[in-house]
Formats: sequence, C-alpha cells, structure tokens
Amino acid sequence: MRWLNRPASETQVTHGQRLWLYILSGVIMVWLVAPTLIVVPMSFSDSQYLEFPPEIWSTRWYDHYFGSEEWMAATVTSLTAALLTMCLATPLGVLAAYGLHASQLRAGRLIFVALITPMMVPLILVAIGAFYVYVKLQILYTMLGLVMAHTVLALPLVLIVTAAGLKSFDMNQEMAARSLGASRARAFFTVTLPQIRFSVITAALLAFLTSFDEVVVAMFISGGDNATLTRNMFNALRDQIDPTIASISTIMIAITSGLMVLAQLFGKPREGG
Amino acid sequence: MTERPASALPITIRAMTKTYGRVHALDQVDLDIRSGEFLTLLGPSGSGKTTLLMVLAGFTRPDSGSLKFGDTEVIRMPPHRRDLGMVFQNYALFPHMTVAGNIAYPLRLRGIGRAEREARVVRALETVQLGGYGGRRIDQLSGGQRQRVALARAIVFEPRILLMDEPLSALDKKLRDRMQIELRHLHEQLGMTTVYVTHDQREALTMSDRIAVIDHGRLMQLGAPREIYDRPANRFVADFIGESAFLPVRRKGAEILCAGRPLATESPAPEGEKLLAILRPERLQLLDGSVPPEINAFPATVSELVYQGDSFLMAARLEDGTELTLRDVVRRDTFAELPGPGSAVTLGLHARDTVLIPDDGAGAAP
Ligand SMILES: Nc1ncnc2c1ncn2[C@@H]1O[C@H](COP(=O)(O)OP(=O)(O)O)[C@@H](O)[C@H]1O
Ligand SMILES: [Mg+2]
Repeated sequence: MRWLNRPASETQVTHGQRLWLYILSGVIMVWLVAPTLIVVPMSFSDSQYLEFPPEIWSTRWYDHYFGSEEWMAATVTSLTAALLTMCLATPLGVLAAYGLHASQLRAGRLIFVALITPMMVPLILVAIGAFYVYVKLQILYTMLGLVMAHTVLALPLVLIVTAAGLKSFDMNQEMAARSLGASRARAFFTVTLPQIRFSVITAALLAFLTSFDEVVVAMFISGGDNATLTRNMFNALRDQIDPTIASISTIMIAITSGLMVLAQLFGKPREGG
Repeated sequence: MTERPASALPITIRAMTKTYGRVHALDQVDLDIRSGEFLTLLGPSGSGKTTLLMVLAGFTRPDSGSLKFGDTEVIRMPPHRRDLGMVFQNYALFPHMTVAGNIAYPLRLRGIGRAEREARVVRALETVQLGGYGGRRIDQLSGGQRQRVALARAIVFEPRILLMDEPLSALDKKLRDRMQIELRHLHEQLGMTTVYVTHDQREALTMSDRIAVIDHGRLMQLGAPREIYDRPANRFVADFIGESAFLPVRRKGAEILCAGRPLATESPAPEGEKLLAILRPERLQLLDGSVPPEINAFPATVSELVYQGDSFLMAARLEDGTELTLRDVVRRDTFAELPGPGSAVTLGLHARDTVLIPDDGAGAAP
C-alpha cells in the first residue's frame, strides 16, 4: 500500500493520515443517501406490502400507478403547480434580487431579510396561515392558491441564488450598454441576464423542486381535484401501506436527480464567466 | 479609417450642482466645451470629475443646473438617448461577447444591417490598431488591447461626443505614454467633442486642447495647457500642476516688492495687496556675477544637491526661510562643479516667468 504514504495534497499530509477522513465521509454519504436508495428496490417488489428486500421482483406497482386515474391527476397537479411556481417565482425573485442590487438602498438588507422570512419561519406556520387566509379569500383547494403559496416558499431561494450571482457581476457593464444606446430593460436582457444566466437557471430549477417536493403546505391547502402527488402519497401511507408510493418515490427521485444533474451541467459557468 | 462624424457638438454646462449629504461633488459649475475640442477635467481624487462626467452621460441626476448638447437641453434625457460614446475606467467590456460582438453592440441597437455592421466593426478595429482581433474572446486580451476595444466600441457608432473616465489609469507607464499620443491622434482624426477625465497632470498637459482644473466640485481654472501651466490663476492650480514654491510679495503703489526689493514682471499683477510669486524649479536658474535687469535675483543658501541622472535638483533656502527647488539638466562634467550644501548662491527668475497670484490665505498645501 504505497498509496497510503503519498502526500494527499500540496501539504505533506499523507493519504494514510487522512484515512479516517475518507471513512467518515463515506459513512456520512451512505447515511445521507441510503434512505432514498432503499426505496428503489422496494418499488420493484411483487408484494402487497412494503418490504425490503423484495422476494419477487415485478413492475406491477408502476403499472398500478400509471393505470390509476387518481394518481395521474395528482401527478398532473404537482407538475403543473411546480411549473407555474417556477414561472412565477423565478422572474419575481430575479427582479427583486436585481432591484436590491442595483438600488443600493440603505433599507435593502431589511427588505432582503423580509423576503427570505418564509424560509426561516416553520413551514407548519406558513401552512396554517395560508389555510386561514385562503378560506377567507375562497381560494382553498385551488391551483391558484397552491401556486401562490409555493411561490412564497420558492422566492427566498431564487432571491439568494440570484443575489449571489449578481455579486460577481460588474454593474458598470450595464452602464456601458446604456451609454451605447440600450434602454435599461434592453441592457438588462442583453448584458446582465446572459451573464447571470447560470444563477437564474439554478434558481428556476430550485423553484420547481421546492414546489414539486413540498408536502406540509400542500396538506393544508391542496385537495379535491387539485390534490398534489405528495399529499396523496402521504394519505396513502396513512391509510394503506402500498408499494405504489415506493414506485412514485422512485420516479420523483429520478426527476429530482435529473434536474439536479441539469443544474450542475447548466448551472455552472464554464470558465471565466 | 472611420470618417469624421457629421458634426461635433458643443456642450454647455450652467450652474451644475450635485451634493451627496454635506459633500459638494459639484458646486455651481459653469463650463463651455467647444465643438470638437479635447477637454480634460483635471483634479485630485474626490474633486468631482467622475460626477461631472456621469452628469454628462445621464447616469447621475444633478440637484440643479442646465446641460445642453448643441442647442438641445438634455438634462432630463435618459442615457441611452444621449448618443455619446463612453469609455469606462475598467473598460466594462461584455465578457459574454467576442471583440467583434462588443463593437457591433451599439450598431445592432441602432438597427444597422449585418453587412454594414461588419464593415464598420472591421474599420473600427483598424482605427484602434486591432485589425484581425474580431474573433477573440475578451479574456484573451491584454489590458492595452481591452482599452482599445473599449475605445472602438465607443466610437464605432460615430457619436458626436466622447467621454472617457481615467481610461489609461490601469495601464503601465510605457503603454500609457503611447496610448496618450494615440488617443490624441484618434481625436484629431475623428474630431468629436471629447471630455477626458484624469488626475494625472502630465497626461492632461500632453493630450488636451484645454484643461478644466477642478477642486471640491468647483472649477478652478479653464485654459489651454500652457496657459494653465505658465499662468495659473490661483494657488491651488499652481500647486496641483507642476511643482511650485510660493514667495509672499506685497504691492506698494505701482511696484511689487519682495523682501524690500522691487520685482520685475511682464504680466499685470492681480488685485489685492498681498500676493504670491510662483517659483517653478525648472524656471529658476543659477546666476553668477552680474544680474541683468529683466532677471529677478534671490540670494539663497544651498541645503541639498540631488543627482537624478538626466537632471539635478538643488534645494535652497532664502533669507526669509522660504524653501526653493531648482532643476536643471546635467551636462557632461558640469555636475561636479555645482555649489554644494552650505554654499551661498543667487537664484534668478526671468521677469517673463515671474507669475503673481492672489494670496488667498490658504495655508501651505501638503
Ligand atoms: N454615489 C455617491 N454617494 C456619496 N458620495 C459620493 C458618490 N459619488 C461621489 N461621491 C462623493 O463626491 C465627491 C466627488 O466624487 P467623484 O466625482 O467620484 O470624484 P473624482 O472622480 O474626482 O475622484 C467625493 O467626495 C465622493 O466621495
Ligand atoms: Mg473618478
């Protein structure tokens, strides 16, 4: 094992001395992903109940999911809500981040904190609050209400990610563009946005996922025709433990990790920019 | 070569004032910039040069004042309608576009067709001596090349006014010297009204048709480089541009007296009883023996002699304690013969070079 005695970095620390670090990191990684990954084999079971590891392999619960009108409706609701949330939260969050960045308002920090409170308040409070407000506004169990609530939750993420992107952008460029004949909006779209696009794409994907994965608020304010996938899964879990939710979970994991991979591919500027 | 713009525009600035809290960034500035001239705003850091340029460009809204390009009042016109080229201190090039993309940007905004756009980009690149660099990425360029691209981008749409804010300050000295001459030639070739900002007096003296010296948001003097240098209007200008020692003198009747002796001058003295004579190191000379009537003589004692290669500096103290410096070229073998520290010498200043300014009581500047 000569490898153990080689330096691990520019310092003189060897791989051998770092062994504990590698083991610890490995354990933490397994700890983090095991609960997620255990669902995958469970979803391919032939049994009536959730079991691990499955005795007989089958895709019957996938067939059940795709064949169930109720599950399909919930899936459409969730995807629609996630898409609309993304389309609403991204422009709003980007505009807010840009406005705060460009204005250099002294109250800017305060406004920033106010906008990210939904992230700091316990989710259950947001859910209860939204419920009572929606009853008054009569938009309980509607797509509009769901998208609005999810937008509130996604906005802080969009704001933070975009603000971080803007930090490394030189606003002089926008002034240059304006002096060259671009209106403020045109300068933003042709000079600023292309350069913070990686942050904006990442922010959009995060907004999508925020809505798609969300269950607590959805439990309170989504229902009827507009029940989300996560809400129905939660109910299914309570009523009958049925491997369908394992197969749905697997599909959601695939979608989520797919988006994360996309975020990694497009969400990172290559070099220099 | 880019052809001359249809016409350059004069700029009229009246009573321009801008305050930031208690700081007067601009204090009642009146300035007429002539059509087609190269005017430099010169002043120390924080004097309001950038603020004035930003007011011209439309990025800073003044508290009050009027601004005209030609006959048009533009104070409320947004920056993108002012149709002026601007070069920023850090260039502000667009890194997500190529060199050609950067230069074509203002043309695209003006709806100029592809063929003409490309032709004009090529011409602009040639004008700034970057022919063939159109396809490069911005991060592949050196500082001097970026500077040229920024310039090409600012002139390609043939604006009638060009603004530059310390465009050479990020370059090393050699390149800066060369770019000064190039910018000057470019201005002669293009002929647009150019407002140039710098805190470097030598740069201002080298490049400008006229210089506007600014301090604390106020216009201290406006004039051609030689006028500013040879006939400074006040202590600030004399002190900021070139090196100067100041000698208190008094008016007595028709005469100007310096330590009791009359002082010969060629230009009329300003108003007031208490005045200052400006003594520039390179205008002083070492006298030996007889003193011609057109030379003012100052007896002094040498305190230090410094060899500087092409020139030498002699520090000397007058009888009243005023410290003077004399600079002259070192010619072969003459340096060794110069009087050393402690020697008594007589310094001479030609009446032509004897400039008087009002003694406004401002203490010795740092
Ligand atoms: N945005 C601003 N907010 C507050 N003070 C400013 C601002 N811009 C300029 N100032 C002040 O105005 C004065 C002039 O600044 P500036 O025009 O940048 O000077 P210069 O370009 O000559 O160095 C300085 O005292 C500066 O601190
Ligand atoms: Mg400045």
